[in-house]
Amino acid sequence: MLPDIVALNTSPSLSVPWWKVVYDFSSLTEWIDASLHNYMSPFWTSITEMLIIGVLILLFYAVIGLFLVYAERKVCAFMQNRLGPNRVGPFGIFQTIADLFKLLFKELIPIKNADGFLFNLAPFIVIIASFMAIAAIPFAKGLHAIDLNIGVLYVMAVSAMGVIGVLLAGWSSNNKYSLIGAMRSGAQIVSYELSVGLSIITIIILAGSMQLSVIVEAQRDGWFIFKGHIPAFIAFIVFLISSTAETNRGPFDLAEAESELTAGYHTEYSGIKFAFFFLAEYINMFIVASIAATVFLGGWMPFHVGHWEGFNYIMDFIPPFIWYIGKTFFVIFLMMWFKWTFPRLRIDQLLTLEWKYLLPINLVNVLIMAFIVLMGWHF
Amino acid sequence: MRSIINYLKEIIFGVWSLLKGMKVTGSYFFRPSTIVTQKYPGNRKDLVMFDRFKGEVVMPHNEKNEHKCTGCGICEINCPNGTIEIITKSIITEDGKKKRAIDKHIYRLGMCTFCALCVKTCPSNALAFSQKFEHAVFNRALLIKTLNKPGSQLMKGVE
Repeated sequence: MLPDIVALNTSPSLSVPWWKVVYDFSSLTEWIDASLHNYMSPFWTSITEMLIIGVLILLFYAVIGLFLVYAERKVCAFMQNRLGPNRVGPFGIFQTIADLFKLLFKELIPIKNADGFLFNLAPFIVIIASFMAIAAIPFAKGLHAIDLNIGVLYVMAVSAMGVIGVLLAGWSSNNKYSLIGAMRSGAQIVSYELSVGLSIITIIILAGSMQLSVIVEAQRDGWFIFKGHIPAFIAFIVFLISSTAETNRGPFDLAEAESELTAGYHTEYSGIKFAFFFLAEYINMFIVASIAATVFLGGWMPFHVGHWEGFNYIMDFIPPFIWYIGKTFFVIFLMMWFKWTFPRLRIDQLLTLEWKYLLPINLVNVLIMAFIVLMGWHF
Repeated sequence: MRSIINYLKEIIFGVWSLLKGMKVTGSYFFRPSTIVTQKYPGNRKDLVMFDRFKGEVVMPHNEKNEHKCTGCGICEINCPNGTIEIITKSIITEDGKKKRAIDKHIYRLGMCTFCALCVKTCPSNALAFSQKFEHAVFNRALLIKTLNKPGSQLMKGVE
């Protein structure tokens, strides 16, 4: 296999700087694909590749989940003038790992009169929904498990599947709090899905494609939030609000409202099944934030300004994966910021916000964006 | 038309007030100096409680082993849950008079609710609160304390 690497390293023409080759993961993935083809038939090659990607995504999933729980606790603590976890390891960084082991060893309590099959199925539906969505997210150039031509639609559709798991969990628990929590979650997600879709449509009008790699590539000379003037910015705000509601996070956490419904739909769950719900919530936040980063903030594309060649040249030095992670965590920080600032909405206030404010604003916004694109006023 | 203007006003005012809230939490987030939590067992050596902290009732003695308690029993009467018990004795002063003085001021920490009625009502300011708050002991008998030190006497000039 060595000759292949040598060929890849020497083949690019002199006009392409070396770091663009190093940062481009597609050469690495193509090399892995080619070398697997040498050993086995195309069928087994694709099976092996799927397995490798599955294991990698699982690892990434676990690491991100653990880190986000820690980050949330630290951010929340600092906003409330507290210290947060600080006992296990330096600055408490091993706290979530300790919590994970605690949850792994805890007893799975069977519930009397619960619908056993659905009760056990629900956490898996929730976690599979978030797991499927992560496959279509572009992490860096070439680091993209599946590049569908309707990538945005796919991610939205798949991540909305989680509500089925939430409804099943609430229904099968045989507990009134769980049922109320699940019903609230259903009403909430059905309404807010509209706003998420429309705010993304605003950007799709600008990008002219639903393929995530094309959307990222179109932001080479400026991110859409700057290119699209005010409508893109409004769409970003609306997306942040409605996607927070879609992931059942505060201030829209009516589905699990600790102070009213004990823990909402996952009241009856214990041990690792509870951990699945908990993890899925954080991964959903990560997915939503990475969609926001990809669609509005340019994904892995470095910060480029129009024709400033020197500036763009320097920005290209920072690896795309760092750009992607940085933007995603910026959006996650914004979401945590308003979770720990605002009080929880009542169910009627929640629906008023969506149907009387976000949806009309969004519809007008789509019209304005279409007009701007039609007149060619964007950059 | 008016309703549309009101609608837009509402949105702008709402966003503005939300941003105001986020400014407060954001300013706390970016200034770690505002953190009030103390790492308690780690800072035991230099931990200073605030002045009015109600740790436990003590009877301050001066360097000549003198206290201000006359043994009047007002604290015992005022205590709502019988925490204090005062045992008096009669002593003969230098000018030959018989006088009531304190033998033992017994304070049961396990029954105390730290209401401070004894400290407030003491006519001679003999009682005070200490800063100590680590009261846990392995034997319940250790919670019954005698506040006057052995061999202590009434301070001169206190009646």
